[in-house]
Amino acid sequence: MSSTAATSGAVRDVWADVTASDRSLRRFLHGLPGVDQVGAEARAASLGTRSIKTTAKAYAIDLAIRMVDLTTLEGQDTPGKVRALAAKAMRPDPADPTCPATAAVCVYPDLVATAKEALGTSGVHVASVATAFPSGRAALDVKLADVRDAVAAGADEVDMVIDRGAFLSGRYQQVHDEIVAVREACARADGSLAHLKVIFETGELQTYDNVRRASWLAMMAGADFIKTSTGKVQPAATLPVTMVMVEAVRDFREQTGRMVGVKPAGGIRSSKDAIKYLVMVNEVAGPDWLDPDWFRFGASTLLNDLLMQRTTMQTGRYSGPDYFTLD
Amino acid sequence: MAKKSNPFEYAPALESRSIVDISPSYGLFVDGEFVDGHGHSFKTISPATEEVLAEVAEADAADVDRAVKAARRAHSRVWGRMPGRERAKYLFRIARILQERGRELAVLESIDNGKPIKETRDVDVPIAAAHFFYYAGWADKLEYSGYGSQSLGVAAQVIPWNFPLLMLAWKIAPALACGNTIVLKPAETTPLTALLFAEICQQAELPPGVVNIITGAGETGRALVSHPDVDKVAFTGSTEVGRAIAQAVAGSQKRVTLELGGKAANIVFEDAALDQAVEGIVNGIFFNQGHVCCAGSRLLVQESVADDVLARLKRRMATLRLGDPLDKNTDIGAINSAEQLAKIRELSDIGEQEGAGRWSPPCELPDHGFWFPPTIFTGVTQAHRIAREEIFGPVLSVLTFRTPAEAVAKANNSPYGLSAGIWTEKGSLILKMASSLRAGVVWANTFNKFDPTSPFGGYKESGYGREGGRHGLEGYLK
Repeated sequence: MSSTAATSGAVRDVWADVTASDRSLRRFLHGLPGVDQVGAEARAASLGTRSIKTTAKAYAIDLAIRMVDLTTLEGQDTPGKVRALAAKAMRPDPADPTCPATAAVCVYPDLVATAKEALGTSGVHVASVATAFPSGRAALDVKLADVRDAVAAGADEVDMVIDRGAFLSGRYQQVHDEIVAVREACARADGSLAHLKVIFETGELQTYDNVRRASWLAMMAGADFIKTSTGKVQPAATLPVTMVMVEAVRDFREQTGRMVGVKPAGGIRSSKDAIKYLVMVNEVAGPDWLDPDWFRFGASTLLNDLLMQRTTMQTGRYSGPDYFTLD
Repeated sequence: MAKKSNPFEYAPALESRSIVDISPSYGLFVDGEFVDGHGHSFKTISPATEEVLAEVAEADAADVDRAVKAARRAHSRVWGRMPGRERAKYLFRIARILQERGRELAVLESIDNGKPIKETRDVDVPIAAAHFFYYAGWADKLEYSGYGSQSLGVAAQVIPWNFPLLMLAWKIAPALACGNTIVLKPAETTPLTALLFAEICQQAELPPGVVNIITGAGETGRALVSHPDVDKVAFTGSTEVGRAIAQAVAGSQKRVTLELGGKAANIVFEDAALDQAVEGIVNGIFFNQGHVCCAGSRLLVQESVADDVLARLKRRMATLRLGDPLDKNTDIGAINSAEQLAKIRELSDIGEQEGAGRWSPPCELPDHGFWFPPTIFTGVTQAHRIAREEIFGPVLSVLTFRTPAEAVAKANNSPYGLSAGIWTEKGSLILKMASSLRAGVVWANTFNKFDPTSPFGGYKESGYGREGGRHGLEGYLK
């Protein structure tokens, strides 16, 4: 999952003249094909009407479980809660050993060490939000210190927020350079890099054109993943916003050969919704992205609905919420 | 990068057929009742499987006469004198029944026509009901329409097989709202939803004779439009038949509206929102298997983005799912008849002989039924027959242009003029193009959108008269 510092240098060089100034970035980002709001929403809605049943549904539910970044980002989080979450991530359904583990557990930096210890060698990753999450309103060195903290504590993945104020006022280069700096701060002692997810907070960017531009900006700066939201702002992830980002990673690979992952986060609560996202990924970007390495769900309540649907498909009966663990 | 095979193949999601009762044989609907026809009966089949669905009566000249007489009686005794607000009640009632029986109609339409259930369910049935609701609202406001308020009398309506129920609604709703009575002939390959609509007229307790539905092929249609006691002829279908109808009624007092063929230009400028434009291109030509008179069958794309658009289009076409029309995940259903399939094949072969580049995504066709894969032709010029003639199937011709003036010149250089599409982020260019294109409908950044409030009709060989909207009343009022 981790890339080396050497590739990050190479990635930057390709875009050197584009990322040299706000003006050149503006020219490039505003030269991308626009997004027609009505058309994009209609397309997303039509993908949402695909009817997924039987074998496809069973496959989709297990895949979705493997894609979940099981998340707790509350002021009231305690080590005990994080340990419980880690146990759930490793064995989502204690009654059924065939149930796959989730992709990661996502926590604040101060709880990374606890999560890391609880997850041990299970293969479930620890993701940490950093960079003055969720507002991102802090000095750059504070943000970088936040990242280094998380990485030093053992985070496999860092979820950073971009400076939306800078983006909206057209200071694209600042946003770009911050992502590059955070990426460098993801370096571990052995020279490998923690996986970097860049959060746009699409609810604050407002337009699909902005979402597409932010996607390209982050990919040019070397993001491994692009992520819709912090979960703290409404609207969080929506199907059309995620679709615009999936189109961007698809087009980016066409142009550069490099694959970037996508993570919708916030507000995805039901299996039905999760399956709509998978259908969209499948049809817009293709099956290459149907993999936890390239697509994730940032969610906390989604997992139990997936488990409930999974059990229902196996037994033919619905069971109540009390048959699944709280966290 | 090597492509992984997709483990996420969607399992079949079939809509149940059990909601519809197809009876083994059907008569004609005349004067409020089902009666036998005097011609030879014929079979209607499912284009997806070639299974025989039902035997349908054929109306001969005597049956046509009986239906026209019933319509005349109903007009002079009941419907023509009924106040508009009373007629509106019947129309509202029909609209509500169409909604209530929507699933039944959608399944039956899909079986009889071969089109995907998701289109009958999400497009045909809701818009058909919307037409009845819309014209119900006009029935008591005709004096304010500016088109008059006196009905014409008996309307002879002949509709095509591509949107059997929707075309029925486009024809019947405004005619009834204006106080006319009707003899309608559905296409011989798709009569079943019209016959179900006859039951709906009974259920709505529409007075006998106000709507009469007679089935049959060309001969029946000829007898109907040339019947001397018909006041109005409304036809949707091929330009060839439209021309024959125009000749047949020439010199009589009959009013005529014709909605005929098309060869629409779908124009993509370099600054368009390309992903949405590609959706619009797909919707423009592959919706309803391209069996759409206003289909965007000529793609005009600006040279500077032609390669990009084509690459996106091909990738998108590879995700289209062709197969069982009753599967909710089917995007492309069956071609309506063996005859139509032969025409599409013939014109496509000509395209290849003329040197255009033919491409279809990898696509397995079912063993039974009539199928044609979504197809595009690149490197097409105005001189190719596939750029001039209506193919009426899922076949797109791709041409390029360099300037807006060239796009207008090429788009207008066609014997047809039914519709056009413009794709650009620049509003001023949309307005300039829309006023330069000789087409009845011009869509901007969308395609194939139908709404009862919006008039529809053509220039040149695409016909005359307008249906839909306030303008749609004009063809049914003195």
